[in-house]
Amino acid sequence: MNLTIDVTNKEHKSVVTLSGEIDAFTAPKLKEELLPLTKDEGKTVEVDLNNVNYMDSTGLGVFISALKSTKEHNSELKLVHMQERVHRLFKITGLTEIMNIDSTVQGGI
Amino acid sequence: MEPFDFIEIKVPAKPEYVGVVRLSTSGVANRMGFSYEDIEDLKVAISEAITNAVKHAYKESDEGDITIGFGVYQDRLEIMVADHGGSFDLSNVKEDIGPYQQNDAIEDLREGGFGLFLIDALMDKVEISSRYGVIVLMTKYLHENEVGQDGDQISTTQ
Repeated sequence: MNLTIDVTNKEHKSVVTLSGEIDAFTAPKLKEELLPLTKDEGKTVEVDLNNVNYMDSTGLGVFISALKSTKEHNSELKLVHMQERVHRLFKITGLTEIMNIDSTVQGGI
Repeated sequence: MEPFDFIEIKVPAKPEYVGVVRLSTSGVANRMGFSYEDIEDLKVAISEAITNAVKHAYKESDEGDITIGFGVYQDRLEIMVADHGGSFDLSNVKEDIGPYQQNDAIEDLREGGFGLFLIDALMDKVEISSRYGVIVLMTKYLHENEVGQDGDQISTTQ
């Protein structure tokens, strides 16, 4: 019921590797780590969700704020290795239309 | 009256207990024979309901409890989530729910607006009352073709 956040910084790219669950308890911590990364112009922020086995609307909210911030600061947000269950929430809410989500969904249909 | 088992859980209205209730829900649903997909849907729906209760009902003080009731029926699970910490403007909330539409500007996207929408999408039936605090009553039906319900028959297929 926790979330581990691991950030690796390269020159024009930050890779955020997440592991665990994103909910009302862990989302604020994620937002705190993720948002500052999106404020560097020209940077790509790649979020690896391979080990995120649970997420709800609080997680969607964090990624929406991050996306908004990338538009403001001319950076880029990419969600990769998303599990099928998590991807489903993006699909139901229509957010697949605006988010850059890696098409190779884990265990996807 | 239709027979059912009733389970009640009371937790402090704090974000750290959302996961606790989610796990309990998963346990009850697993016990009833819900499929993996349905259990995942239930986990999201209950978490959304608790998150709403934590956010709306106790904005001003950090105190208060949320009561969760599970009605375990032969063919369905009913979950009631109640907070008694005052009510939010329900018509306001209802106007605000819905999926992302292509003509919505990204700048106008609601960061917290998908909770009730997801509950509605993932459960079979949802009722909300705001007369005494806020009560969310949601129902998910067991689909009988997945698990044999008949007592003298052992189903080995999934």
